Amino acid sequence: MAPYESDDSRSAEEAEERHSARRKAARYVVPVAVVGVAAATIGLVPALADSGDPDLPKITAQQLVQKIAESDVQQLSGTVKITTDLGLPDLGGLESGLASGAAGNGSGSSADPSAKLTELASGTHTLRVAADGPDRQKVSLIESAAEYSLIHDGKDVWGYDSKSDEVYHGTADQDGKAGKDGKGGEKGRAEVPATPRDFAEEALKAADDTTSVTVDGTAQVAGRDAYKLVVKPKHASGTTVGVISIAVDAETGMPLKFTLTPASGGAAVVDVGFTQVGFAKPAASTFDFTPPKGAKITEDKDAAAREHASAAPHEGVAPGVGLLGGGDGAKVVGKGWNSIATFDTGEKGGVPSSTGKGDMGGFLGSLGDQVSGGFGKGTVFSTRLINALITDDGKVYVGAVTKDALVKAADAGK
Amino acid sequence: MSRAEPTAKTATTAKTATTATAAETATTGQAGPTGTAPAATAPGGTGGVGAARTLWTLGLLRSELVTTFRRWRTLALLAVLAAVPVLVGVAVRIETGGGGGPHGGGGGEGPAFIAQITNNGLFLVFTALAATLPVFLPLAVGVVAGDTIAGEASAGTLRYLLVAPAGRTRLLLTKYATVTAFCLAATFVVAVSALVVGALLFPLGDLTTISGTRIGFGEGLARALLIALVVAASLLGLAALGLFVSTLTNSGVAAMATTVGLVITAQILDQIPQLHAIQPYLFPHYWLSFADLMREPVYWDGLVKNLELQALYAAVFGSAAWARFTTKDITA
Repeated sequence: MAPYESDDSRSAEEAEERHSARRKAARYVVPVAVVGVAAATIGLVPALADSGDPDLPKITAQQLVQKIAESDVQQLSGTVKITTDLGLPDLGGLESGLASGAAGNGSGSSADPSAKLTELASGTHTLRVAADGPDRQKVSLIESAAEYSLIHDGKDVWGYDSKSDEVYHGTADQDGKAGKDGKGGEKGRAEVPATPRDFAEEALKAADDTTSVTVDGTAQVAGRDAYKLVVKPKHASGTTVGVISIAVDAETGMPLKFTLTPASGGAAVVDVGFTQVGFAKPAASTFDFTPPKGAKITEDKDAAAREHASAAPHEGVAPGVGLLGGGDGAKVVGKGWNSIATFDTGEKGGVPSSTGKGDMGGFLGSLGDQVSGGFGKGTVFSTRLINALITDDGKVYVGAVTKDALVKAADAGK
Repeated sequence: MSRAEPTAKTATTAKTATTATAAETATTGQAGPTGTAPAATAPGGTGGVGAARTLWTLGLLRSELVTTFRRWRTLALLAVLAAVPVLVGVAVRIETGGGGGPHGGGGGEGPAFIAQITNNGLFLVFTALAATLPVFLPLAVGVVAGDTIAGEASAGTLRYLLVAPAGRTRLLLTKYATVTAFCLAATFVVAVSALVVGALLFPLGDLTTISGTRIGFGEGLARALLIALVVAASLLGLAALGLFVSTLTNSGVAAMATTVGLVITAQILDQIPQLHAIQPYLFPHYWLSFADLMREPVYWDGLVKNLELQALYAAVFGSAAWARFTTKDITA
C-alpha cells in the first residue's frame, strides 16, 4: 500500500504545483493590466476629448474677414504653440551663431530680440502671450529650464533671457519705428510675429482678386468654438503657398490658429495656434519688470543697425507674402501671391556662386543650387516656402514662389 | 549581518525555508497589495490583530528606516549629495569673486539657473537640484532601491524577515516606503545644503523668476520647498523600477548596477532625436520640468506629465515587483 500512498501524494503535489504555477502567473496580470489601462487612456482620452465640430450659425467668408478686422481683443493671456518647418538646412548651433553675427551687435547680447527670433524659424516652440491694452504686452519663449521674455510696458521694452541672466532694454518709440510693417507702433512687439493673429493679418493683407477665401466649417481650438477660414491662391501656378487655414474665434473674431501648407504638400510650413487662451485681464505684475541685480543690461543704442538686422530673420519667419515688399529699396515684381521682391546688393560678384569668396562664400554657395538663364548666372537658395535667387551681378530676387518663377523674373528684369 | 529586527530574529533563528514558505502561504491568501488579510489567516492570533498588525508594520518601517539611514553607504551617498552644492557654490563664487563681469563665458552653459546664483543665493538650490537630478540623485536612489530585496537576499537575512506574520506584500510596501523616504531625504539634503551655502556665499532677497517677474523671498522659499518635493517625486518611478529589479536577483550588487544602468540607458535614449516617439514615456524625460515652477504664472503642463509618468512607473513596476516577490522561492 505504501507505494500507492506515495503516488497519491505525489500526484496531489503535482496538481498543487500546477495550481500554484497558474496562480503565480496570474499575478503578473496586474502590471500588464496597469500598462494596458495606461495605454488605453493615452490613446482614448484625446479621442474622447475631441467632442466634434461645434455648431455655429452660418457665416460668409466676407463676414468672417470683417469679423477679424473688427476684432478688438485688448486683454488676453494664453499659450501659443508654434511649429515651423521651412525646410532650412539644419545648422544647429551655427544658425544662432550666424544670427548673432548678422546682428552686427558687438556685445551680442543673448537678450536681444532679433537674436532670439531666429530660433523660431525652425522646430516647435511654446510661447506665452499676455496683453493688456496697446501699451502692455508680454511674449515669453518657453525653453528648457529657462525662458526668454519680451515685455512692453508703456515706453519701455525689456528683453530678459533667464538662461544667461541678460537684459535688453529699448524704448517703445524706437520700437515703433523699427516696426516697418506698421504693427510696431500699436503692438510694440513687431519683431516677434508670434500669435496666430499676427500671421492671419499678414495673410489677409495679400488677399485680393487672386485669392479665394472660403469658410470651411467649424473647429474647436483651445477649447473655444471657431470658424475655419481657408485662404487659397487662385490660379497661381508660380507660388509655393498651397493653402492657408485660419481658425477664427466665433465670439471675439480673433484668429486662434494659423496653418500654412506649401503647394508641394507635406507638413505645414507654419503652424501657430493657441493651446490655451483666456480673455481676462492679466495680472498687472505680469508686465512689471525690474532688471535683476547684477544682470548684464544691453541698452538699445543702435536702433538702425538692429532694424536692419531684424529684417532678415523676419522675412524667414513670417509667412512671407505681406512682408517681402518691405525691404529697403526693394522693388516688387508681379502681384498677389506671385509677387517677388527684388533689390540690388550693389556688390558685383560678391555673391557666392561657384567662385566662392572665402570660407563663408563657399559654405553658402554649397547650400544653394546653381542656375543660369537669360540674366546670367546665379544661385538659388530654396526652402519649402521662400526661394531666393542671388545673381552673380548682385541682384536678389526673393518670394514665396517657385524657382522657375524667380528665374523668369530675373530674365524679365534684365 | 545583524538586522535590527528583533521580533523576526529571536523568534525563529533556527527555522529554515519551510517557515518562509508558511509565511508565503499566508501572504498569498491576501486580497492584494493593500494587505487586508482576513484575521483568521494570520498565524499571530485572533484578538486585536488589526491594531497589532498596524503596530507591527510601523515597527517594521521604523526599523527599516533606521537600518537604511544608519548604513555607512547611505551616509556616504548623502554626504556626496551635500557636497555638490558646496562645489557649485564655491566654483561660482571664485569665478565671480573679483566683482567683475559675472557672465564671462556667455550664457547657456552649465546647469540651469547658474547665471542667477551670484544675484541671489536661493538660486543655488535650483541649480544644485538641476545639477544632481540627472546623475547623483538617481545614482543614490538606484543604490538604495536596488539593495532593498536583493541586498537582504544576498546577506541571507530575507527569510528571517519573512517569518514574521506580516508577509511579503507588507514587507515590499515597507521597503518602498523606505526608498520613498530616502528620495525625500536625499533631495532635502541637496536643497538644504544649497540653501546654507547660498546664504553664506551670496546675497539673499527678492528674486526674479525666469519669466522676469519679481517675487518676495518668502515666496521664493516656498517655491524652493515645492521644487524639492517635485524633485523627490520625480524619483519615485525610478524607486519602483529599482525595487522590481531587486526582486529579480539575489545579488545586491547586480540589482544596484542594473538600476543605475537603466537610469543611464534611459537618459541616453532620451537624447537621441530619432527616438522622439518613445521619449515621452521614458522616466527621466520630464525631470527638468521642475524648473517650470519658477515661471510666473507656473507652467503646469510638464509638471503634471512628469508626476503622471512617475505614478505610472510606480504602479507598473510596483505591481510587477509584487507579482515577482510574492511568488518567488526564497532560498536565502
